[in-house]
Amino acid sequence: MKRLLRDPLAVVSLGWLLIVVATAILAPLLTSQSPTGSSITNALAPMGGEHLLGTDGVGRDVFAQLVFGARTSLVGALIVVVVSLVVGLPAGLVAGFYRGWFDGVASWVASLLMAQPAIIILLVVLTQVGRNTALAMLVFGFVIAPGVFRLVRSSVIAVREELFVDAARVSGLSDPRIVRRHILPVVVAPTMIQMSQVLGIAIVVQAGLEFLGLGSANQASWGGMLNDSFQNIYTAPELLLWPGLVIVLTVTACALLGNALRDGLGTGPAPARPRARARRRDGRRVSGPSAPRPAVAPADDDALVRIEDLVVSYPSGTEDRQVVRGVSLSVRRGEVLGLVGESGSGKSQTAFSILGLLPRQARMSAGLIRFDDVDLSAISESARNRLRGSRIGYIPQEPMSNLDPSFRIGHQLVEPMRHNLGMSRPQARDEALRLLARVGIHEPERVFEAYPHQISGGMAQRVLIAGAVSCDPDLLIADEPTTALDVTVQAEVLDLIRELQQERRMAVLLVTHNFGVVADICDSVAVMRDGRIVEQAPVDRLFAEPRDDYTRMLLDSSLEGAPARESLVPMIGGTR
Amino acid sequence: MTDDKLLEVDGVAVDYPGKGWRARPHRVLHEVSLDVRRGETVGLVGESGSGKTTLGRAVLGLVPVATGEIRFDGRVVSGLDRRERRALSSEIQVVFQDPYTSLNPAMTVADILAEPLAVSGVEQVRARARVQDLLDAVHLPADAGRRLPREFSGGQRQRIAIARALCREPRLIVCDEPVSALDLSTQARVLDLFIEIQERTGVAYLFVSHDLAVVRHISHRVAVMYRGELVETGDAATVTSTPEHPYTQRLLLASPVPDPEAQALRRTQRREAAAKAAQAGVGA
Repeated sequence: MKRLLRDPLAVVSLGWLLIVVATAILAPLLTSQSPTGSSITNALAPMGGEHLLGTDGVGRDVFAQLVFGARTSLVGALIVVVVSLVVGLPAGLVAGFYRGWFDGVASWVASLLMAQPAIIILLVVLTQVGRNTALAMLVFGFVIAPGVFRLVRSSVIAVREELFVDAARVSGLSDPRIVRRHILPVVVAPTMIQMSQVLGIAIVVQAGLEFLGLGSANQASWGGMLNDSFQNIYTAPELLLWPGLVIVLTVTACALLGNALRDGLGTGPAPARPRARARRRDGRRVSGPSAPRPAVAPADDDALVRIEDLVVSYPSGTEDRQVVRGVSLSVRRGEVLGLVGESGSGKSQTAFSILGLLPRQARMSAGLIRFDDVDLSAISESARNRLRGSRIGYIPQEPMSNLDPSFRIGHQLVEPMRHNLGMSRPQARDEALRLLARVGIHEPERVFEAYPHQISGGMAQRVLIAGAVSCDPDLLIADEPTTALDVTVQAEVLDLIRELQQERRMAVLLVTHNFGVVADICDSVAVMRDGRIVEQAPVDRLFAEPRDDYTRMLLDSSLEGAPARESLVPMIGGTR
Repeated sequence: MTDDKLLEVDGVAVDYPGKGWRARPHRVLHEVSLDVRRGETVGLVGESGSGKTTLGRAVLGLVPVATGEIRFDGRVVSGLDRRERRALSSEIQVVFQDPYTSLNPAMTVADILAEPLAVSGVEQVRARARVQDLLDAVHLPADAGRRLPREFSGGQRQRIAIARALCREPRLIVCDEPVSALDLSTQARVLDLFIEIQERTGVAYLFVSHDLAVVRHISHRVAVMYRGELVETGDAATVTSTPEHPYTQRLLLASPVPDPEAQALRRTQRREAAAKAAQAGVGA
C-alpha cells in the first residue's frame, strides 16, 4: 500500500476515483437543479448563471446530469463487480482446489460463456425486457464472471501444489480453513487488479448501452448525455465534451490504478530463494585503476588461468555488497582445481568472473585476470564470446534448464561447432554423433534426434559435457556439475569428466560443495568462505592435515565414515 | 513384539493417474511392506524415482493407496476420509525437503506454529506459551516468532518446520529429505537436533533421503528402495557398510568419500563391480 502511494500516477488515479465516488454520494448536495427536469423553453442554455454548465437539448441541467450520472455509472459498475465476484470467485476456488468433475464442468461452461459476444447478449436481453440499466449490468456481470473464474482457478492451482499447503493438510486443518488462511491471500492480489479493470470496462459498456438509448428512462447517465449531445452535435458541440471527459478520465483512472496495483502487489511476498540467481548477463567490468600490474613474471608460468585480487560486488541499498573479496588463484594446464565452499561463499561468482557471465548489475574488478596470454579485463565482448565458445568450456549445475526445450539436441550441439569451428553441417553432425558416443550415450542417433524433455537428467548432463568439450577447450569450468544428479549417475559423470580431462590435458575448475567429489577428481583445492580463500593446498595435504579452522570444521561435519546409529533392539521403555 | 510396532506398511502399492484421457494408471510403488517401531528411526534410501517420497506421502495420506494397507498403532489408516484423517494429524506429522516452499511466506513464524494448535482448540494464551517452548526446543531465538520465514536461513527455516511438526506432540514424523537442501555444516547440526528431540520425546521417524551417509547417521534401521520396490532392509550399520543387494552395493560404491585415498580405492572397487555385473549380464 505504501508503495502504491509513492506512485504519482496511482495517487492521481485514486484521487480522481475518490472525487467521482464522493460526487455520486453527495449528488443532491452539490446541485439544486434536477438532472431530469426538462423544460423546452430553456433548451441549450449557455454556461454560467443558474446553469453552471448550461442545459442540453431538452433543457436539462448539464452539471446536475454529470453529478447524478456518476451515481448511475458507479452503481452499474458495482453491480458488475459484485456479480462477477460472487459467481467467479467461489467457483474458481472450488474448481482450483478440488479439481475433479466440478472443475471440468465449470471450466467448460466458462469457455462456452467466454465464446459468446457479450454486447449481443446484452442487446437481446434488453430488447426482451425493455430499458433497464441495472438488469443489463447484472447480466454483464454474469457474462464477465468466467474471466474472474479462470484467474482465480489458475492462481489456486499454482499455490495448491506448494508444500506449505500439504503441511497445513497434515497439520489437520480443514479444507475451508486451508482455503481461507493459505489460498485466499494469494488470490486476493490478482483479483483486485482484475477488478479495477472490470470497473473501467463496466463503465464503458454501460455508457455504450445508454448511448444507444437502452438505459433506464428518467435516470441521468453519462451515456444518456452522450446520446442527447449527439442529437445536437451541430448546434452545441461542447455538450459532447463533458460526459466524454468524465468517462475517459474515470476509465483511464481505473486502468492506471490496475497497473499500479500490479506493480505494487505483484512483487509482494514471493518466496525469496537465495540460490535463484538472476539469469546472468555480462557484468559491467570496472578495471581496477589503482591495482598495480605485477611486473614480475609469475613463478609457475604454466598457469593457464591466473586471477589476482578479484572483487565482485552487487549494489544493495546505498552500499555495495561484496560477494568476492580479493580472491587470487591459478589453474595450471592439465590441473583439476576444486573450488569448495558453502552456499554464499562466492565460489560460483568467482567461476563466472572468468567466464564473463556475471549478472548485469554485478561489478567486478581485478588486479589481474588472465587466460593463457589474454588479459580478460581488456578484451572486447565479442573477443570474450569467441574465447568462451572455443577455448573455455562450461558445464552448468542444472542440465535441464541449460538445454533449450524447443530445439532438438542435435541442433544444439551442431550449431556452436559450425559457428566456432567453421564446420559444414554434415561434418558437424558426424562430430556431434562421435562426441555423444564418447560421453557414453548408447544410442547417439536417437539422442541426436530427441528433444531435451525426452532424456533423463544424467543423459542431459552428458549432452552438455559433449557440448562443452566439442570445441576442444583448454579450460573447462564446471559449476556443481553433479549436484542435481543421483549418486550412481554422479559417479559416472565424474568418471567421464576425468577421462576427458586426461585425454585432452584440459585444465578444469570445478565448483562444488561436496568434499567427496573433491577427493574423487581434484588435484588441488581452494576452500572459500565469505568471498575469500581461506586455504589452498594439494588435495592429499588438505585432507590429511587441514590447516585452517574452517576447513577442519567442514571436513569434520562430514557424516561419511562416522559410526552408524545403533539398532534399537533393547526398547527404550515406554514412549513419551 | 508386534506391540512395539507403531507404523505398519503392509503390501502397499500406489498408482499415479496416466496422462491423457482414459490413460492407464502408472504404478510407482509395488507392494511395499515396512514397519517402524515406537521411538525408532527407519531410514528410507533410494534415488530419484525409486518411490521413497511416494511411500512417505502415502503414510501421510497425501496420496491414495491402490492395494494393501497402512496401520498406525494397530488401526488401519489408509483409505480414511478427510475428516477421519484430520483426527490423525496430532499423531503423524511431516517435515518436507524444501524449507523455502514449505512455510507460507506471508505468515509470521508464530502464526505458522500456532496454526495447528488453533485447530486442536488450544486457547490463545496457552498457544503462545507453547510457541515459545517450541522455538526453544529447536534452538531458535525467542523473538523469532515475530518474523517472517524469508528472514531466516535455510537451516533456520528447517528448524521452524521441525517445530511445526512437533507442535502437537506426534508419535511419528515423516521426514522427506529434510536436510538435502542444507549446507554440510548445517546438515550435521539439524540431524543432531532430530536425534536430540527423539531421545527426549520418544517420537519415531520415517526418514526419507537419497544420501546413505545421512541415513546411516540418524537411522536405527535402513530400508533401500529401487524402482518402486523395497530391495533390502536391515540395521543401519549392516545395510550401509556391508549391503547384500547388488543395488545397495552399487549405491554405496558410488557415494564419494571425502578422502582421496579411500575414494581411489572405492572407485576401483566400483569399476570392478561394474565390470563383473556387465559380464554376468545383469547390468543396470
